[in-house]
Amino acid sequence: MLDKKIRVLIAKPGLDGHDRGAKVICRALRDAGMEVIYTGLRRTPEEIVSAAIQEDADLIGLSILSGAHPILFPRIIKLLKEKGAEDIPVIAGGIIPEKDVPRMKKVGIREIFLPGTSTRDIVGWIQKHIEKGQKKRRNPLTCPS
Amino acid sequence: MRTGRRKEKSKVRKIQQKAPEIKKAYEGWKRNKYAKALEACASPRAFTTVSGRKIKELYTPADLPRFDFFRDLNFPGEYPFTRGIHPTMHRGRLWTMRQFSGFGTAEDTNKRYKYLLAHGQTGLSVAFHLPTLMGVDSDHPLAKGEVGKCGVAIDSLADMEVLFSGLPLDKITTSMTINAPAAILWAMYIAVAEKQGVSPKVISGTIQNDILKEYIAQKTFVFPPRPSMKLIVDTFEYGAKEVPRWNTISISGYHIREAGATAVQELAFTLRDGIEYVIWGLERGLEIDEFAPRLSYFFNSHNDFFEEIAKFRAARKIWAEVMRDRFGARNPRSWWLRFHTQTSGVSLMAQQPYNNVIRVALQALAAVLGGTQSLHTNSLDETFALPSEDAVTIALRTQQILAHESGVANTIDPLGGSYFIEALTREMEGEAKSYIRKIDDMGGMVRAIELGFPQKEIGDSAYWYQKAVDAKEKIIVGVNAFEMEHEPIPLLEIDEAVARQQLARLRSVKKSRELTAAKRTLADLKKAARDDQNLMPHLLKCVKAYATLGEMMNALKDVYGEYEEPVTF
Repeated sequence: MLDKKIRVLIAKPGLDGHDRGAKVICRALRDAGMEVIYTGLRRTPEEIVSAAIQEDADLIGLSILSGAHPILFPRIIKLLKEKGAEDIPVIAGGIIPEKDVPRMKKVGIREIFLPGTSTRDIVGWIQKHIEKGQKKRRNPLTCPS
Repeated sequence: MRTGRRKEKSKVRKIQQKAPEIKKAYEGWKRNKYAKALEACASPRAFTTVSGRKIKELYTPADLPRFDFFRDLNFPGEYPFTRGIHPTMHRGRLWTMRQFSGFGTAEDTNKRYKYLLAHGQTGLSVAFHLPTLMGVDSDHPLAKGEVGKCGVAIDSLADMEVLFSGLPLDKITTSMTINAPAAILWAMYIAVAEKQGVSPKVISGTIQNDILKEYIAQKTFVFPPRPSMKLIVDTFEYGAKEVPRWNTISISGYHIREAGATAVQELAFTLRDGIEYVIWGLERGLEIDEFAPRLSYFFNSHNDFFEEIAKFRAARKIWAEVMRDRFGARNPRSWWLRFHTQTSGVSLMAQQPYNNVIRVALQALAAVLGGTQSLHTNSLDETFALPSEDAVTIALRTQQILAHESGVANTIDPLGGSYFIEALTREMEGEAKSYIRKIDDMGGMVRAIELGFPQKEIGDSAYWYQKAVDAKEKIIVGVNAFEMEHEPIPLLEIDEAVARQQLARLRSVKKSRELTAAKRTLADLKKAARDDQNLMPHLLKCVKAYATLGEMMNALKDVYGEYEEPVTF
């Protein structure tokens, strides 16, 4: 039986165009043996959730530096619930003031990686907390949309 | 001064004659004294710059074979301008202290501008919020959560009027960081000035307007490359005739560097972008000396102090050569590389944020020693938020202390003649020229971007750097060494009330304008775009009719299409 890789969707929500961090994370996760799908820039919450479901992601990683996270993160979590995909964990990184972290975690973001975090720590966290294929198999044709 | 020159030349020859002796003595010293002493030190450090460039333990005249003072350096204000573009440089006039600034509504930012000017800033620099940068209005679905967060919200001329209220546009210069919609914001600025009774012939400032680096690094592109280049050349053409004191482009390396490029990649890609703009301007039929004097540059000032100074000097030298020899420009003003500098944002750390004040001070010093015309110093809190008033005051004071207390601006190009600096300048010049030739061979910068070349180089450099930091091969104080807890610092917060205010104003502008007139200007704009006319006069009509930014951009999107970048990492 083939050893399944952890599938991670790295997404850039909102208008923010800073992609250095997101791309570095993508490469680091790929080098660590994970399958990485990168959404590219300027995705709406709807597009991100739809991509995560379609790509059968084990984890969603949101990268945002624009300060729009208080609006966008809750929206993404809400959409995941509506689509029956709330079991896909979501982590985030970028420019998120420390004082916003508790509130974002309460909203449903599993972990937030602040500036200065090493890629090793992020890879380590994922390997520790995310199981390959841990969420239920989902048929995009039959699930509510 | 023929005798003087002969004396100078013979002195140079004497130094060159000594060079083989010095080389031999250096090798002996290195082998017998330095290497032996180093063994006892057991120092595990790698002596590389932040870009990974190896730095020698010592530089001597032997590192400058065939160095020629007149050919390689010359005097400030004399070709190739290595030491500076003006004879007087900072002795004649200090660099402009121009803090990039903008947040919330136009009222909020107008207040901050007045504060900064009152405290010694000498030029304005506008930071627009993301919706404006992307050419959408504050009521666009993608603008949700973004209004006023990264910069000031500008949806129409009405907002620009408030932004510059009480600021005489005949007395101050303004730089606007705007790219895809640059021509539109420029039209708004011109219209605001006209309302103040100030002629476009008098206003002075800069629009960033550099789309090539958007595809490469900053990513606030909207249209595909070719129509975007066309719009830029429209501004060159219009500016040359109607707004002669305006820099119609700020060819930028800052963002290329922030995206992960090394210092040489920043230097090379930026200059090659400049070359691309000149080529396109000439293809339009413009005379080189008509528009080249109004091309300006924008560089990063990053962590490695000496590498940055060498970079700035090499930039001036390469550009002078390119303009005079490659393009045959005759007006010396066309040969001058005039630049603004911003200290590196990506080098600031969230951990122990007060350390950032020191980082910025050193980076600012490098820019001053590198001969910048204009400078922005970052604020210590920018890893978390836009600058608070207290933090931006420290940033401004940093420049003022450099200018008035440190003494570094007392002489021009003080590091000129340093064996290290001259060797580094020469090294970077050579490497940058290699890259430029490579891109020439690919078919130019637009082609190189289509092939993904600069993007890949930058992505590779960014990844290499992160791995080096993760492995503690590159030390960042407070992050992977000397870590400690720190108290949270006060931050500027942008209330969601800003969005509500802005949406209300937008509704009111749309209600109070003459809709038929506005629609007509938009239809004319679209037709002019289809007919390939210079869009500036049409944009001016649109902005004066209070067409919104989003409406104008939509009209142009209909004609030019939208660019979607290939997703790679």
